[in-house]
This record gives sequence, structure tokens and C-alpha cells, in this order.
Amino acid sequence: MITLTHYMTLSALLFAISVAGIFINRKNVILLLMCIELLLLAVNFNFIALSRFMGDATGQVFVFFILTVAAAESAIGLAIMVVLFRTRRSINVQELDVLKG
Amino acid sequence: MITLLIFGVLALVLVSAALGVIVSRNPVYAAMWLVLSFVTSAVLWLLIEAEFLAIVLVLVYVGAVMVLFLFVVMMLDVDVAATREGFTRYAPAGTVVAAVIVAELLSVLWLRGSGLPIAQPLASQPAGHSNTREIGLALYGSHVFEFELAAFLLLLAIVAAIMLTHRQRPGLKVQDIAAQVRVRREDRVRIVKMDAERDP
Repeated sequence: MITLTHYMTLSALLFAISVAGIFINRKNVILLLMCIELLLLAVNFNFIALSRFMGDATGQVFVFFILTVAAAESAIGLAIMVVLFRTRRSINVQELDVLKG
Repeated sequence: MITLLIFGVLALVLVSAALGVIVSRNPVYAAMWLVLSFVTSAVLWLLIEAEFLAIVLVLVYVGAVMVLFLFVVMMLDVDVAATREGFTRYAPAGTVVAAVIVAELLSVLWLRGSGLPIAQPLASQPAGHSNTREIGLALYGSHVFEFELAAFLLLLAIVAAIMLTHRQRPGLKVQDIAAQVRVRREDRVRIVKMDAERDP
């Protein structure tokens, strides 16, 4: 039978993989944003598994809000990246050292 | 037993797709692996009867957010080789940190998770139970204020994204309504004093 341990172990693996991805792809803003999406997915896994195995719907409501915030975050992040590329012609993180537009 | 087998296969697909996201050379391939991992997660959520969020994940993430990602990746002409340098240099540190995080989370789960229903199998929902209704009752009942805040946040995101990416192109012929309204008689009409002309 599937137990809570299965889901939480999978979620821990997913979280660790995405943290490693943030380390490995530290130069590319697009891949950093993708790794953050993966990280939030791992967190959602925990919320849904705990909500179902403990019989409380509030965890799923929380996942709903996390999805909303993540969608808003990626939309604004990509918009910032487009503006950045337009002014600097590059999205390399190491060349981004000024706040000026 | 069969659900455990399905879970094992899906977990394997999910972990390999996540690895594909972080090691892909091309951002387009990374986005495709991310789509695969979202779809697999949705199926895994279906497996423990969280149907509403599984469908929402496919609709919102695969349908909207990943299309946005692909759109931006293809619009920006990114120099792939330059962003990939240092891969072998950073990989060991990333692996060490990932291993530490896995060890910490699993030790917390296995050694100190005594208050959680760890080994207890999932209680199947009774026939006719609606996951959507359950979430709806919680969302519009005790969490209605947070729901309104989320709506406001989405509005804010729309306005911010449009404000950031909207630009005035030089040389474009457009009407400036404010300038048209602001204009006065003195800007357009000039009265000249001169002698009267005589008929020849």
C-alpha cells in the first residue's frame, strides 16, 4: 500500500534535485526560474500528501494559493527578464550588477 | 499492490524528468522536461485522490506557465554555451548540498516523524465524495479573505507584467490625446497687423 512515507521521500528527493539545479545553473536566469518552479512543486507534494493522509482539506487550499503565487512570480520574473535582455543583451547572472534600468 | 507499482514507475519518471531539467544544455529541452515532471506529478496527485489540484496543475502550469516560459526562451536569443560554462565546477557542490538536504529531510521523517500517520495506508474516500466540493467549502468558507487577496495578487501581477514589458517605440505615429486637449488658441492662430490692401 502507498503510505505517507513514499510521498514525503519522493518530495524530499525532488526538493534536493531542484536545489542542486540552482547550484549548477547559477548563470542562467531562465533555468533558475525553472528550478524554483520545481522546488515549489516538491513543497506542494508534501502539502497534498499530508492533507490527504491526515484528512484535512486545508492543505489542498494552501496548495491552491501556492499555485497562484507561483504563477504570478513566474509571470513577473519573465517580464523582468525580457526587460533585462532588452537593455543588457544578456541574461548571465554575473553580468547583472546594477539596479539602474 | 498495483498502486504501489504505478507509484514506483511514476516516481522514477518524475525523478528522471527533474534531473533532465537541471542538466539539459538547451533551455527548450529543460522546459520540455519540466512539462513532463508537471504531468507526472498531476498523475501522482490523482493517485491519492486529489483530483481538483491535479487538473489545476495541468491547466495552469502546463497550459499557461510553461507556454510563457517557452515563449520567452524562444524570444530571447540566449547564448547557450556562455551560460553553461562552469557546469563541472559547480556540480560537486550542488551534489553535496542535495545529499545533505535528502539526509536531513529523511532523518526527520523516519526518526522523528512519530506524530505522523507514517505507515498507515490511505483511507479511501466513500463513493460519491467530491474533492472539488471539499476544497470549495474550505476555500469559500473559512478562507474567503485569502481568496480575495489571491485575486488581487493576480491583478497586480498582470499590471506589473504589462507595465514592465510595454514600451514606446520611437518614430511611431500615434495620437497624443492630452496634447490635443491642452492646445489653446494662441498656439494655432497668429494675428498680424498690416496695412489694408488697395484694389488695383
